[in-house]
Amino acid sequence: MKILNFLVIIIFLFNLNVSNANDRNLNSKITKNLRCLICQGQSIHDSDTEFANSLKLVVEKKITEGMSENEIYEFLKTKYGEWILYDPALNQKTYILWLLPLLLFLIGGAIIFKNLKIKKN
Amino acid sequence: MKTKILLPFIIVSFLFIFFILYVGLNRSNIYIPETVTNEKIPTFKVKVFNSEKKLTSIEIFENDIYYLLNIWASWCIPCRDEHPYLMELKKNKKLEIVGLNYKDKVKNANNFLNELNNPYTLILSDTDGTIAIEWGAYGVPETFLIYNGKIIKKIIGPMNNNLFKEIESVVK
Repeated sequence: MKILNFLVIIIFLFNLNVSNANDRNLNSKITKNLRCLICQGQSIHDSDTEFANSLKLVVEKKITEGMSENEIYEFLKTKYGEWILYDPALNQKTYILWLLPLLLFLIGGAIIFKNLKIKKN
Repeated sequence: MKTKILLPFIIVSFLFIFFILYVGLNRSNIYIPETVTNEKIPTFKVKVFNSEKKLTSIEIFENDIYYLLNIWASWCIPCRDEHPYLMELKKNKKLEIVGLNYKDKVKNANNFLNELNNPYTLILSDTDGTIAIEWGAYGVPETFLIYNGKIIKKIIGPMNNNLFKEIESVVK
C-alpha cells in the first residue's frame, strides 16, 4: 500500500512538472510574438519594462485560466489592436505581405521551369 | 522577344518595390492608440486602495453618471502636472473620479495625496499592473472618460488645458 501511495505521488508530481513546463513553453511562445509597445524593436519576452512585466503576468494568468494561444491574441488585439502582434493575421491590410512571397516563388519557379525546358530541348 | 518582356517586368518590379518601401517608410512605427472609442469597460475584480475590500468593475461604475478613471502613481512625474486639472474636475457633481494606483507603494501614494490633495472618490490598487492591461493602457498617466458602461474618451499621457475643457464640455 505504501509503495502504491508513493507511486501515485511520484506520477502526480511528474504530471505537474510536465504541465508546468508546457505552460512555460506556451507563455514563452506567446510573449515572443507580442510587441513591446513602449520599447521599439523588442518583444514582450525580451523586454523588462513595467508594461512588459505586467503583460507577461496577464499572459500567465490567461494560460492558467485555460485560454488558448489564439484566444489570448484575440484578447490582446481588442485592447491594443493588430500592432501588438509580430505575426499579423491574414486580412485586407496584410494580403500583400502574405501573398507576395508566394507570388514571387511561383514566378521564380515558372522561370526556372521554362529555362530547364528550353535547355532540354 | 525575351528582352521585350523582361525589361517591362524589371521596371514594374522596381516600381512596385519602390512603392512598398515608400509607403512603409512614411508609416509611423510608433504605437498610436485610438483616443475616441465606444468600447465597453473591461470586467475585472480589483482591490480597493489601503483596504482588503475587493470590487468588481460593475460595482464601481454602476451609477448613471460620468466617470473618469485615472491611472496614476506617486513616482510618475507627469501625474503631478495633471493633478490640478483633476482637482478642478472634482468640483463637477456630474462626474466621479476613480483613481487606479499603478505599481506604487501605499506610503508613497498617501504622501502624494497628502501633498497635492485627493481628487478621487474611490481609489483602486493595481500593484502588478494587470488591471491597467485590462484597460488597454501601457503607461501612466492614462485617463478614461466613461458613461453608461462605455469608454467614450481615452487620454494618453497627462491631461492638459484643452483636454480638460473637452471633458468639461462633455460633462455639463
